[in-house]
Amino acid sequence: MNNSILDIVHINNYLYLSLILFAIGVLGVLFRRNTIIIFMCIELMLNAVNLLLVAFSTMHSDPGGQVMVFFIMAVAAAEVAVGLAILVMIFRNFGGVDINLLNRLKW
Amino acid sequence: MNNLLWLIPVLPLLGFLINGIGNKHIPPAASGWLASLTVLGSFIISAGLFMQLLHDPATVVQADYFQWMNAGAFDLNFGFLVDRLSVIMLLVITGVGFLIHVYSIGYMSHEPDYARYFAYLNLFVFFMLVLVLGSSYVLMFVGWEGVGLCSYLLIGFWFKNQNYNDAAKKAFIMNRIGDLGFLLGMFLIFQTFGSLEYDTVFASASLLPFNEPVLTAITLLLFIGAIGKSAQLPLYTWLPDAMAGPTPVSALIHAATMVTAGIYMVVRSNVLYVMAPFSSEIIAVVGLVTAVMAALIGLKQTDIKKVLAYSTVSQLGFMVVALGTGAYTTALFHVITHAFFKALLFLCAGSVIHAMGGEQDVRRMGGLKKALPVTHFTFLIGTLAIAGAPPFAGFFSKDEILANAYIHSPLMFAVLAITAIITAVYMFRLYFLTFHGTFRGTMHQKDHLHESPATMTVPLIILAVLSTIGGFIGMPEIFHAPHFLNDFMRPVTALADAYKGGHVSHMFEYILIGVTLVILAAVVYLTHKKYVTDGHVPARDSDLVGIQRVLANKFYVDEFFNAVFTRPMDVLSRLSYKWIELGLIDKIVNSFGTVTNGTSSMLRFSQQGNLGYYLFAMVFAIMLMLVYMLVI
Repeated sequence: MNNSILDIVHINNYLYLSLILFAIGVLGVLFRRNTIIIFMCIELMLNAVNLLLVAFSTMHSDPGGQVMVFFIMAVAAAEVAVGLAILVMIFRNFGGVDINLLNRLKW
Repeated sequence: MNNLLWLIPVLPLLGFLINGIGNKHIPPAASGWLASLTVLGSFIISAGLFMQLLHDPATVVQADYFQWMNAGAFDLNFGFLVDRLSVIMLLVITGVGFLIHVYSIGYMSHEPDYARYFAYLNLFVFFMLVLVLGSSYVLMFVGWEGVGLCSYLLIGFWFKNQNYNDAAKKAFIMNRIGDLGFLLGMFLIFQTFGSLEYDTVFASASLLPFNEPVLTAITLLLFIGAIGKSAQLPLYTWLPDAMAGPTPVSALIHAATMVTAGIYMVVRSNVLYVMAPFSSEIIAVVGLVTAVMAALIGLKQTDIKKVLAYSTVSQLGFMVVALGTGAYTTALFHVITHAFFKALLFLCAGSVIHAMGGEQDVRRMGGLKKALPVTHFTFLIGTLAIAGAPPFAGFFSKDEILANAYIHSPLMFAVLAITAIITAVYMFRLYFLTFHGTFRGTMHQKDHLHESPATMTVPLIILAVLSTIGGFIGMPEIFHAPHFLNDFMRPVTALADAYKGGHVSHMFEYILIGVTLVILAAVVYLTHKKYVTDGHVPARDSDLVGIQRVLANKFYVDEFFNAVFTRPMDVLSRLSYKWIELGLIDKIVNSFGTVTNGTSSMLRFSQQGNLGYYLFAMVFAIMLMLVYMLVI
């Protein structure tokens, strides 16, 4: 465990940080009205998980986790492109990005 | 010839496949001749086998092709067996079958569905050949079911007519009742002897004591199969209705071959039947009653094909009597001669119907002698043959049956002899009504009258020749000629011959022939006087009274079956439809739909369209799942 970054910053701190980030993401999704903010909160949750993966990968000295994170980032980039395109369409069709404008999905 | 054996059934099967798959793409002339030639090919191979068997009494061609089924103690080979019995059946089926195929080319020429007809006909020949060739009861059963299917298909050939469809269904269902007996008989054979192959079964059966109950049960069950297939009482009603099919079909299936399958089966199992005299007694009685009843009904029918149909039932009754009296070769003899003259009569009837433009009622015929000379002459020969006039084919075989019945019981002989006289009466009635007297049809029909084309008349002539000389293969002793068929069949019926009763005296034979001739002459004279000189025409059915009315209505057997079986079944099915289907099952099934519908129609109001609310529900649900996984 010598020379590891974990000796300087303990694993618990990573855990707390990503927990806080994830919670912020969840609360943002639940309580914000702006669709762009909700979208950003989703990305926040994703990256909280990424951080955890990297931290554990270092702790177990297993590069697999870090490779996985690269994949997740690549996929997330593609997902962002699609998500933003949807946002643009929402803005064009509803004249705003308030989540309450999207109220047609009901009985 | 042995290695060509498999070709005998395969050739007609090929014809079926080509005609069946090619269907409308094959030119009509080609499909008819193709079908005929495949049967001719089988006939030639069969004739080769016959020659081979003729020279050496011990020859039996047995060919096992592959292991067919193997399950536990049950082991069965797929094999063909050609002995002296099956080779004769082969010759009859392929020979008469070929002639009828050729006849059909002319008869069906106006028919648009030509290839389908010949495909069915070839398929029938295939199954019939499998039936007689099989070396085990199972293979016989395959053929047995197959010919039933083809019979169904061909009776309902003109499927747009609902009556014909009903007749086809009736034939199929009646046959199924018999088939059930056959099937149970097979099960019992397997349970008793541990095998279904003829060799094994007959070898072990001949060691059992006489009248062993299990043998009686087996033979009676098998005979139920024969009752269905060979149209005996009480299952015979399908055969007259089967006349809905094209006339060559009636000739091939419902006169010459399929209906004799039951006779073949009993002759094949003669070892079993010899060991069960009680069953034989029942068989003789069933045959006798059938012969009498059908002949009586035949007296009052006015449809030319119906008369022939009842005559077939009656003649089958004769054969069954022969089986019951232990005269298996005689039954086979009558199968052969009957195949000749009844096929001939049916084909003549077809020729008449063809000329009359589809008219089948003899009350609207008459005087057809001049317009149809060949048909008239051949029909006369057929009539003489079936009436038992010497030296035509029917005389010899019927004489033998009568003689055997006499040995068995004089009473049976008396009833059978009277039936033979009735046969002569209704046949000459039919002959005089159709061909003599004055024409009673419409002017349009009269202009249309014409002799049939050569494809139809040539088979008629050949069959007429066979009906004339066919009886010489079984000459009675008094003519000092060898009885070819008895000698030929000796290896097959050896056991039966050993237990057979005595012979009739020569004096009896002479008297029988003399009385036959006198009575025949009287019958011809009387029917001629009634139907030609006096010009009597059968009255309309509604004008008949008393016994005549009962006969014209076929003893009300159909009505009886309707009242006893069909109606109660109808009522039962209607009630179960109403109560069980609609009342119970439908209600249960529908209640699932109703409940789902009701709950969802209430639950759907929880979907308010607020995305934030949906997201909250989602997160909440995920958290619930997490808690669940952590706790449990």
